[in-house]
Amino acid sequence: MGFTLNKDPRGAVIVGVDGQLIVGNRQELKQKVLDALEGGTRRFVIDFTKTGYIDSSGLGVLVSLSKKVREQGGELRLAGLNEDLQTLFELTKLDTLFAIAKTPAEALAAF
Amino acid sequence: MTAQLQIVVHRPVRVEGVGEGSEVAVSLSVPSDLGLVGDAVELAARYCDTGVLSPRRLRFNLRTALAEVLANAIVYGNRHDPTKLVRVEISCGREAVRIDVADDGLGFDPSGIPDPTEAENLERETGRGLFVLRHLVDQVEFNQRGNRVCLVLRAG
Repeated sequence: MGFTLNKDPRGAVIVGVDGQLIVGNRQELKQKVLDALEGGTRRFVIDFTKTGYIDSSGLGVLVSLSKKVREQGGELRLAGLNEDLQTLFELTKLDTLFAIAKTPAEALAAF
Repeated sequence: MTAQLQIVVHRPVRVEGVGEGSEVAVSLSVPSDLGLVGDAVELAARYCDTGVLSPRRLRFNLRTALAEVLANAIVYGNRHDPTKLVRVEISCGREAVRIDVADDGLGFDPSGIPDPTEAENLERETGRGLFVLRHLVDQVEFNQRGNRVCLVLRAG
């Protein structure tokens, strides 16, 4: 359980969400991404391949982070959503706000 | 001293609305600490793994719905007051799982929440909880005061 950060050779950061993204751990994700943003990273992929569920607080933190990254001229993409998570983004219409790729590799290739 | 989760398991019991032959009923007391939500959800979900819900609905719908209602009860109901508990009652029958969650707050009016999918609300960080909840479970009912919510997930 937790978040893992990996940097690809072109400087993008891939954040893996292991377990869940909910009200109890969203601040940890927020801080990790903001620290990387502060350190100069502008391209982010949040990888949900190993994620079981996301609550509305988790969705909220993604919205907030995406905005902050965009304000710095960067982009935050999502990848690896299973069918349930994809539906969650569709019904909240957040799929219109984020670039969503099937895999982290596809998300990175699209930068 | 850090407050801890407390769970009481009763079986077998008969609870109205979940079908005959209720197999398990669980009472869970959750201190008003958001850091405990994940553990409380896992603990509750473990007792709901009776086969009445599909593994997928157990993994996603039930867990997400529980996280939503616990967070709302802690943040908006008990206002993070560590002396207050959120009380969760879970009944698993052959036809449904029923979850009652109560806090000590003043309650709220669920009809007063704006649609989070409207263009002007899409970039807001909050306000999606109830909307998401209604899509995850088969039934959502609040008491008149708005400090107790009952969720029903039918079998399947």
